[in-house]
Amino acid sequence: MPAIVTENLTRRFGKFTAVDRVNFTVERGEVFGFLGPNGSGKTTVIKMLIGILPLTEGKAFVDGIDVSADPESVRHRIGYMSQKFSLYDDLTVDENLRFYGKAYGLRNPELEKKIREMIERNALGPYVDRQAGRLSGGWKQRLALSCALLHDPTILYLDEPTAGIDPVARRKLWDLLFELSGQGITFFVTTHYMDEAERCSHLAYIYYGRLIADGTPDSLRALPDITPSGSRRFEISTANVTSALRKARAVPFVKSATIFGRSIHALVKDSITQVELENELRARDIEVEEIRALMPSLEDVFVELTYKKQKEAEVANA
Amino acid sequence: MLSLFRGFVAVSYKEALHMRRDSMAILFALVVPLFEMIILGAAIDTNVRQVPTAVYDQSGIMETGTTEGTGDSRALIDRFRNSDTFAVYRYVHSDRELNEEMVAGRARVGIKIPYDFDRNLVRGDSAEVMVMVDGSDSTVAGQAVNVSTSIGLDESMRRVLSSGQQMPVDVRPKMMFNPDSRSPNFFLPGLMPVLLLMVTVTLTAFSIVREKERGTLEQLLVTPVRPLGLMMGKLMPYFALSLFETAVILVFMRYAFQVPIHGSVPLLILLSTCYLFVNLATGMLISTKANSQSEAMQLATMTLLPSIFLSGYIFPVDNMPQIFQMLSKFIPATYMMEISRGVILRSAGLPELWLNALKLFASGVAVLLIAANRFRKMIV
Repeated sequence: MPAIVTENLTRRFGKFTAVDRVNFTVERGEVFGFLGPNGSGKTTVIKMLIGILPLTEGKAFVDGIDVSADPESVRHRIGYMSQKFSLYDDLTVDENLRFYGKAYGLRNPELEKKIREMIERNALGPYVDRQAGRLSGGWKQRLALSCALLHDPTILYLDEPTAGIDPVARRKLWDLLFELSGQGITFFVTTHYMDEAERCSHLAYIYYGRLIADGTPDSLRALPDITPSGSRRFEISTANVTSALRKARAVPFVKSATIFGRSIHALVKDSITQVELENELRARDIEVEEIRALMPSLEDVFVELTYKKQKEAEVANA
Repeated sequence: MLSLFRGFVAVSYKEALHMRRDSMAILFALVVPLFEMIILGAAIDTNVRQVPTAVYDQSGIMETGTTEGTGDSRALIDRFRNSDTFAVYRYVHSDRELNEEMVAGRARVGIKIPYDFDRNLVRGDSAEVMVMVDGSDSTVAGQAVNVSTSIGLDESMRRVLSSGQQMPVDVRPKMMFNPDSRSPNFFLPGLMPVLLLMVTVTLTAFSIVREKERGTLEQLLVTPVRPLGLMMGKLMPYFALSLFETAVILVFMRYAFQVPIHGSVPLLILLSTCYLFVNLATGMLISTKANSQSEAMQLATMTLLPSIFLSGYIFPVDNMPQIFQMLSKFIPATYMMEISRGVILRSAGLPELWLNALKLFASGVAVLLIAANRFRKMIV
């Protein structure tokens, strides 16, 4: 039985459709990355799946349980960490843990055991008596994660868990997620960071309420929309990227080119070899430092998909 | 059934911690009512005494040529002075002056004795006296009218009855329950419901809004805590606190202001719990309605004025127009007013007061259910 299944999940606010017939399946133990631009419906989907926002249409099953029919049972199986730190600032680490433990119906000695376990696992020991509001961002996240895990949920929803915390804390949090994932917990994570998306085992991309991509990172890179058949990607390092970009775009067999830092990513006809490309560029007075074949990054994937949808929308409006 | 209250223990544990962390604010909430009590208990005296009075004694001027006359008009003025209600601070020479004193507010009462007063008395004709009363303060005006009328009556009786004759009817009023008619004895038992209202409604009105504002509510909603468990859990620590405040107010009233409590104190506290409950539940309802703490504060303040003016605390309910008498029945303070005045002043017991307490308790349950229902709709 999959961890999460949605069937035509839809949510409307008045006339505005925030989530439009979304279908996906998350298997047990996956780290499911849910991506999309701001305001595209990510948080709305999460709120429906955790049972705090009613569905307008469609169905959602969490652990095989219909969310609309039995939100109570769903709540015992899931943990949730929202975008904003949402624990009690004026309560200490220990008191926050204790409150959430009690709220999930844990009783002694089970409660004490779980609290100790969370404090040890997340190295919260030195901070047990500190008020949550006085912790730094990374430690707040750990506390929030601990509170969400106290009742042994099988599925954990994390809404932009690493927004606003430093890179070291970010890395540590992901290491922890993988460790937990290894123990069989399913993760549903939204993020804006592409490096985090690369680490997910399953990705879905939502664009203004519609799901427009769903698959493993590799299957998304291989999408025909991203690398159209008959073309290949190259990365061209050069000293003067701006003038090089203009010149590269003038080459007939270069289908598209964009700047990435100090290099250019170019989509080129696959009948052309790397040597032929290099010669052509040099002939056009581009100082090529290095040239190599490239797999599309996830950023390429999502940018391409977004452009494509925007163009479709423009055509539809015209 | 019990599962409806799931989360009760967890939430009351948490709320009690919030209360401890925020002890300054809590202390403030508890102390302010005591200050108000001191002001009302010490400063306000509804017994009217020594009302500034100006006199224009035409009759006396006719006789003696001075503003302070002699004879009958002088005797009458002395009766007024000796009543303790009037304090004659000035004699004037003209209607214009008398009028000026009244308009300026220096005189609340103006007495004019016409030039023919003494002459009419001697002749056995009716001698008129005009008493002008400043109606801008109804308590003072009422007292001045009553006392001056009875002085007139008394003076007439004295002249009509021959000496040694008894009064045909002798009315002897006796003030029960508050024999000295001390103002604190009347005011403070009535003030108690108002003070408790101030404390209780605001305490709970903030509780859910605060979680909404801080973004903690969402996390709470994901837990299996049920709406009624949440409401009761939030209510409980504040209930204990307001019960404590009730005791403090009673102690203050009894020992600082010497208001005797004629009835049973445990009964009073027991019946008060129903009132505390309905107020805390009202705060909870406000909390589900308001979107910010300032909005909650405004809504909570809105409950205060009707409770002061329509509960019978200041103006007797029996004197109100029909529609306001109806309205007063929907105000919890009305019933608590009956309870506190009943127990403290009249030594009333359970047989007289149980219906009031039951009404309060029932409306508390109703309000809490409405609040829980609103809250449920807010989420799923």
